[in-house]
Amino acid sequence: MSFFDVMFCIVALVTVGSAAIVVLSRSLIYSAFSLLFTFFGVAIIYVFLGADFLAATQVLIYVGGILILLLFGVMLTHRLYNLNLKTETFQLIPGMLIALAVFTSLALSATQTRWKLVTQKPAEPTTEAIGKLFMGEYLLPFEIASILLLVALIGAAMLVRRRSDA
Amino acid sequence: MITLQHYLLLSAALFSLGIFGVLTRKNAVNVLMGIELILNSANINLIAFSRYSSHGLDGQMFAVFVIVVAAAEVAVALAIVLTMYRLLKTVSLDQADTLRR
Repeated sequence: MSFFDVMFCIVALVTVGSAAIVVLSRSLIYSAFSLLFTFFGVAIIYVFLGADFLAATQVLIYVGGILILLLFGVMLTHRLYNLNLKTETFQLIPGMLIALAVFTSLALSATQTRWKLVTQKPAEPTTEAIGKLFMGEYLLPFEIASILLLVALIGAAMLVRRRSDA
Repeated sequence: MITLQHYLLLSAALFSLGIFGVLTRKNAVNVLMGIELILNSANINLIAFSRYSSHGLDGQMFAVFVIVVAAAEVAVALAIVLTMYRLLKTVSLDQADTLRR
């Protein structure tokens, strides 16, 4: 095993392990903080795959934005004096069966399919190419994404507005 | 040697953990965390295929849009959760059944 393989195994173990804590832990705070490690692990996986721009985006948006929003959600939906932020679980056995079935089918299709692979190119910086694609081939999706974000912004503000002044 | 299959297996593990979280958790915020895991595993798949195929950066562009949609989704979903908490004083998904009663 080369150094890269060992690194990949360690990162994959940390990612999957912290993801398991996210879905198994009883405490919401533990869940939220192990989600941090999952997001960082996924960012490192992106680096392994030669996607440097996406790794930076992952850290900025997931860790810096979405995780903070989720922590806000945890804190704002519990009374502050109630410090044991526990979550309950239900239908454990069916959930486990469905998750196992999904994993088995995905793993089988991943390992049994003969993927048509190309010889791997050395990883290059992708930011410039992605920027050119955004301004060229993907200009329309890019503009639609900006409208989507605006709609989400207005919609979220609408939803949490106090009703008394409406 | 790390090949495409390893990345696919990793993302399959993340995906099924996310499914498990979505199905078994009662807290709405925790369900959202499961959805984030699912979106991340989809992104790993997109980028892995983009790396191991001859289509250039198309997979990475898709991953960027997935991240955009995930950000919009979590903002609106948390707004809904906060409204639900204000109206019902709970974020437990099996107690928020006013329509059913």
